[in-house]
Amino acid sequence: MKLQARDLRWRPPHSGTARTIVEDVSLHVGEGELVGLIGPNGSGKSTVLRMIYRILRPTAGAVAVDGRDVWEISARENARLMAVLAQEQGGGVDAGGGFGGFSVREMVSMGRTPHKSPFARDDRHDAGIVQSAMQRTGVLPMAERSFATLSGGEKQRVLMARALAQQAGLLVLDEPTNHLDVRYQFEIMNLIRSLGVTAIAALHELHIAAHYCDRLYLLENGHLAASGTPAEVLTEATIASVYGVRAAIRLHPRTGRPHIEFMPDDPV
Amino acid sequence: MPVLLAALAGLLLLSITFGITLGPVDIAPGSVWRIAGHELVLRLGLPSAAGEWTHAQHQIVWLIRMPRVLLAALVGAGLAVVGVTMQAMVRNPLADPYLLGVSSGASVGAVLVLAYGVLGFAGVYALPLGAFAGALLACVAVYWLAHSSGRLLAPRLILGGVAIGYCLSGVTSLVTLTAGQRELANAVLSWTLGSLAGTRWDELGLPALVLVAGIAWLLLQARGLNALLAGDETASTLGVDTTRMRRGLFVLVSLLTGVMVAVSGAIGFIGLMVPHVTRMLVGTEHRRVLPVAALVGAIFLVWVDAGARIAFAPTELPVGIITSLIGGPFFVWMLYRRGMSPGVGR
Ligand SMILES: Nc1ncnc2c1ncn2[C@@H]1O[C@H](COP(=O)(O)OP(=O)(O)OP(=O)(O)O)[C@@H](O)[C@H]1O
Ligand SMILES: [Mg+2]
Repeated sequence: MKLQARDLRWRPPHSGTARTIVEDVSLHVGEGELVGLIGPNGSGKSTVLRMIYRILRPTAGAVAVDGRDVWEISARENARLMAVLAQEQGGGVDAGGGFGGFSVREMVSMGRTPHKSPFARDDRHDAGIVQSAMQRTGVLPMAERSFATLSGGEKQRVLMARALAQQAGLLVLDEPTNHLDVRYQFEIMNLIRSLGVTAIAALHELHIAAHYCDRLYLLENGHLAASGTPAEVLTEATIASVYGVRAAIRLHPRTGRPHIEFMPDDPV
Repeated sequence: MPVLLAALAGLLLLSITFGITLGPVDIAPGSVWRIAGHELVLRLGLPSAAGEWTHAQHQIVWLIRMPRVLLAALVGAGLAVVGVTMQAMVRNPLADPYLLGVSSGASVGAVLVLAYGVLGFAGVYALPLGAFAGALLACVAVYWLAHSSGRLLAPRLILGGVAIGYCLSGVTSLVTLTAGQRELANAVLSWTLGSLAGTRWDELGLPALVLVAGIAWLLLQARGLNALLAGDETASTLGVDTTRMRRGLFVLVSLLTGVMVAVSGAIGFIGLMVPHVTRMLVGTEHRRVLPVAALVGAIFLVWVDAGARIAFAPTELPVGIITSLIGGPFFVWMLYRRGMSPGVGR
């Protein structure tokens, strides 16, 4: 599955003079590629992803999956093509809210929604998919617990399991490693790689982006500041100018990927 | 789950039986169903000999108490289901058709029909149709008020609903008092308080039909309701067309509320209490919540109606008074449990 975004621009609707949040962003993700979207807080990563997963309609530009404009297909069809792990919006009802809340298994089963007709029951096939999704993200032991009572990292893994249960060919992930301890950061990234699906992920941990992604796009103030392989994008000069932090970068002798050492005390 | 449903259905049947035996004239539980059986057999065109009951007992069971108790069950189930649906629509467990002014909208529509005979073309269905239209308008108005750049603001939802409810109650009173019909004023008074008195068999058909069809339709949408409860963005990424789904739910909620209000007036807080209790019993998944809430709501209102008839006998209270007496404190308790905020965690 391929993803193509052309000349994306977004400014908040009905806001008159408000600034443009994303301008002239074009990117593509090839079959089976894992592409990282990096950039400082507020640089527009989530906004770009939300245009890709059809929550925000671009002010200009277009998003296409396998050549089809995402706004020309139904929400349901779209949900069978792409599964989304959204950035946590700070404890909505997803987190239980005033309701008793869903169990972990129910939460993961929601991933089957786009595949089921209204008359169909959840059958053994669905149960198997849900079970294996929970196993792969390590949440099987908490399957019957209430989602609301989980820790931040556990919730993140449950939402990842839900995206897996959707069985889509394209994964759109907004900070998939958010809240995760080191072990699960690597496990989730390894899992994404091992699925062999096409994926785009917004990432904050540059070492993870460097280690796992085939290519990176670096956003700065809503513009693309750089794109290319991790070694091309993650240079001392770009990190200094975009993040304002000095870093020493060596290429790993075995993998050839950049290895970043931050030196926060040195002035840029 | 099947066990729970069977148990609740059994409890409902017992409650209905008991509800029918209660009242100034004593009736044995056994005769309730013998009289009902006798009537049903007669209606099938078969011969059936009258049993050992008196003519008065027969009249009281068949013509007065049974339709009333059955209507209580229907309305209780209907309002509970409306509560469940509205709460998923606005993602707020404090949503209730009465609290958010939807019942008041239905009342305005119904009173306009009674006072001025609007919608005369619809014949006997003019009243429920007017109530439905009024409920739909109130529903859309409250939603529109609470909506701001793609998000529902919980305080505005509750306060806006209450404000619209007051406003519409004012309209109801205004229409009632200026229409110049004395009987109308009495009818409207008992009805704004919510009352099941004087129910006739022919009033049961429409609510029963709408209730069954409504629950069936909602069960088909159950996955969508679950997703909606998880948030609009999540629902969309799971393939739910949230705009279209909400539109359908608006119509359904208004239809159910309108039809129930047309027969029983505005009975408050059932849509608030019953879904809450149901979720404590079976969780949040709508394929379980919907049928259980319907049964719990039915049982609850049958008992409340029984209480309304016997508490101050021979004076009968409108059921709405009792549901408000229980529901108000319940609402306050829910507010406290949620840390005094009518919002949903954000
Ligand atoms: N609906 C909106 N209206 C106005 N401004 C918005 C809106 N949504 C986002 N923004 C602004 O757009 C900018 C980019 O936001 P975005 O969420 O895309 O950043 P991000 O790169 O994902 O940041 P983070 O790393 O913190 O997740 C921010 O400055 C944000 O305040
Ligand atoms: Mg973000």
